Amino acid sequence: MHGTRILDEADRLMTVCNSCRYCEGLCAVFPAMEMRRAFSNGDLNYLANLCHGCGACYTDCQFSPPHEFNVNVPQTLAVARAESYAAYAWPRAFAGSFARNGLVISLIAAFSVAAFIFGFAAFNDRQILLGVHADAGAFYKLMPHNAMAVLFGAVFLYAIAALVMGVRAFWRDIGEPVGMKTNIASLFQAMRDAGELRYLDGGGGGCFNEDDTPTDRRKIFHHLTFYGFGLCFAATCVATLYHYLFAREAPYAWWDLPVVLGTLGGIGLLIGPISLLAEKWKRDPVLVDAQRFGMDVAFIAMLFLTSLTGIALLLLRETSAMGPLLALHLGVVFALFVTMPYGKFVHGIYRYVALVRYAQEQRAIIGE
Amino acid sequence: MADLTRPYDVLVIGGGNAALCAAISARRAGASVLVLEAAPKFYRGGNTRHTRNMRCAHDAATEILTGPYTEEEFWQDLLLVTGGQTDEELARFMIHESKDILNWIVEQGVRWQPSLGGTLSLGRTNSFFLGGGRAMLNALYLTAEKLGVEIAYDAEVTDLQIEDGMFLGATLKQPIGGATDIRASVLVAAAGGFEANIEWLKEYWGAAADNFLIRGTPYNRGSILKMLLAKGVREIGDPTQCHAVAIDGRAPKFDGGIITRHDSVVFGIVVNKHAERFYDEGEDIWPKRYAIWGRLVAAQPDQIAYIIFDSSVVTSFMPSLFPPIGAPTIAELAAKLELDPASLEKTVINFNAAVQPGTFDHTILDDCRTEGITPAKTHWARKIDAPPYLAYPVRPGITFTYLGTRVNKQSRIVMKDGKPSANMFAAGEIMAGNVLGKGYAAGIGMTIGSVFGRVAGREAAKNAKN
Repeated sequence: MHGTRILDEADRLMTVCNSCRYCEGLCAVFPAMEMRRAFSNGDLNYLANLCHGCGACYTDCQFSPPHEFNVNVPQTLAVARAESYAAYAWPRAFAGSFARNGLVISLIAAFSVAAFIFGFAAFNDRQILLGVHADAGAFYKLMPHNAMAVLFGAVFLYAIAALVMGVRAFWRDIGEPVGMKTNIASLFQAMRDAGELRYLDGGGGGCFNEDDTPTDRRKIFHHLTFYGFGLCFAATCVATLYHYLFAREAPYAWWDLPVVLGTLGGIGLLIGPISLLAEKWKRDPVLVDAQRFGMDVAFIAMLFLTSLTGIALLLLRETSAMGPLLALHLGVVFALFVTMPYGKFVHGIYRYVALVRYAQEQRAIIGE
Repeated sequence: MADLTRPYDVLVIGGGNAALCAAISARRAGASVLVLEAAPKFYRGGNTRHTRNMRCAHDAATEILTGPYTEEEFWQDLLLVTGGQTDEELARFMIHESKDILNWIVEQGVRWQPSLGGTLSLGRTNSFFLGGGRAMLNALYLTAEKLGVEIAYDAEVTDLQIEDGMFLGATLKQPIGGATDIRASVLVAAAGGFEANIEWLKEYWGAAADNFLIRGTPYNRGSILKMLLAKGVREIGDPTQCHAVAIDGRAPKFDGGIITRHDSVVFGIVVNKHAERFYDEGEDIWPKRYAIWGRLVAAQPDQIAYIIFDSSVVTSFMPSLFPPIGAPTIAELAAKLELDPASLEKTVINFNAAVQPGTFDHTILDDCRTEGITPAKTHWARKIDAPPYLAYPVRPGITFTYLGTRVNKQSRIVMKDGKPSANMFAAGEIMAGNVLGKGYAAGIGMTIGSVFGRVAGREAAKNAKN
């Protein structure tokens, strides 16, 4: 059949669902399924990444366990989704990092933080490392700006390259039947659908987390996390522009754009991940890919630590703790970047690509 | 856990759409309400679990309905499907009330969606539940619980105490806790029909009923209906009749639901275990062709038949749960189906020879027909000649039964002597025979359930206060 147990199961379920179709109003997965009568590996990986895990189809299904048809779409697609991350990982040698992702990410984060601390200690005098620096360019006394830019620029470019290669493999796999080319309208549609988490909604009836009542608030927490991350990233970009275009060096005053953006984003990135983790803890095990708990927690923890160390740095930047905190923060951010293509971060990328494909398919139907 | 020791204003027996509408409407009218559902929580809701839409009259298109469906048109449709076997006063009352149900049911937390793929033919007349029947049930249960309706599962009522048309109490048996006497001022019976009660079906169908597959849960046993009829309630509807469609012979005995149905009859031929055709496969278009085949197959030896078609039509109908059985030749297909290969070959050859030229169009009664064979296939007849050859085994799938309790416009049960009961009401499938004496129109079971459930609950609450 498909070569993996989970894709075989996903195929079985999509055959059940395709002969029922009661859930077609809940999200994008079921309308996309209805366009097919048979399912290739690519189709199943596409559907798996289209699924937002809202849980509505499980609660609504007359054939979910204990029914003998044993239909559990959210859990099956969650497992298939995680396996698809490994299947499309680049280079192939790193695909295994998804198997014990919690451990891998923890180790990389630990090494990264340790490397920055040792590096700071090795390259700086004790007075400078533990000194108080409040003026412009304070951070760069500990690590030259160019070194920082080159190191982080390189790791960022690597992450992007690896992600692009993964997306390319995914897009090729799910390419049929609409074709390989995409269009601007579909890209924008998918951006909107992803930006508002349109399909984390149970079709308007709400999502499910701990039980069979639609009381799930993960959407809000995901927005806090996602837009928090976006603001932090924007803060970094603005600061980089300040540095190169206007020769204005960090640290900036509390009212300055990079700090405002970073602070707001940082707050979102504290509350969001912590709340998502709390929700995850409560989540009905029947909906969850239990084996990937480590992957989810690792990503959530990395985002949280990025924000926590960043905010600590902001609050304590005029004290002697600045040096060690900067090392800590940079270590965490470096680990976050370097593990981007090999952790839960990719869920957003593949889901976006799946949404582009869905928008394109829907346009193709209307165009007919 | 529901408190079973205190007296209630209204006792609702059953747990489907009608029961929940009754419970909610009684509770909203100020009554204390206990719902006893015989099934475990997962299987709650009787046949409502497997529904997906409701037929309601409306004077204009809405967000989810593509055009108006007047009361008169609804009435004409009902007349057509029942062949006049309907109580006009009750039916017209129900149709009128159905208009308001479109909004009322939303106020109870149920969500609508437009009809989508595969159901577009119902887009004007029927409103679809977002997420299907179980989602609808979940919403009603949630609302009932919020309002303070007490609900017990695995709660089978084993006896009703009734004297002179007056409900006195019920005996409840639970797996844990044993027998309990339930006290309530008013009874609403909304416990469905007896389609899952094979022994009862056998009274009318004999041993053939052993080969019936039941499309809903095993809990639709009709025990409340039986008790009521044994205690002086007037019956309505033909006890021998049930709604049966052809479903896949590989489906489970119970609760296969919608996904085991086959709508491919018109695209091929249907043969019995002797590999012989027995009915015009092209008689009529959906939904009629869909609804008659259960009964037809029930009349065949061993209650089994096979839809035979070829590879040229596989994409013409909805995919189904079970893949078709295929073979490169008719003889090999026959062997796989354990039919006599020579007989099946002869049937197919004769059929192919009888097919006349025509223009195929499955959306209308087209001009593709046979000549010179009996039975004829009067529409959509095309040669079966594109290997691989494919087949679905089919058996009768029983959806619901027509026997019920007589009610009046208050949904109040009528006794054998014609007098309305002092404090008993009925709603849903258990009284559907008042409106639907035979036949079926998509979504009408839910209309009966919601309209009469709502009325029964309201009247029951009023009754309890007096």
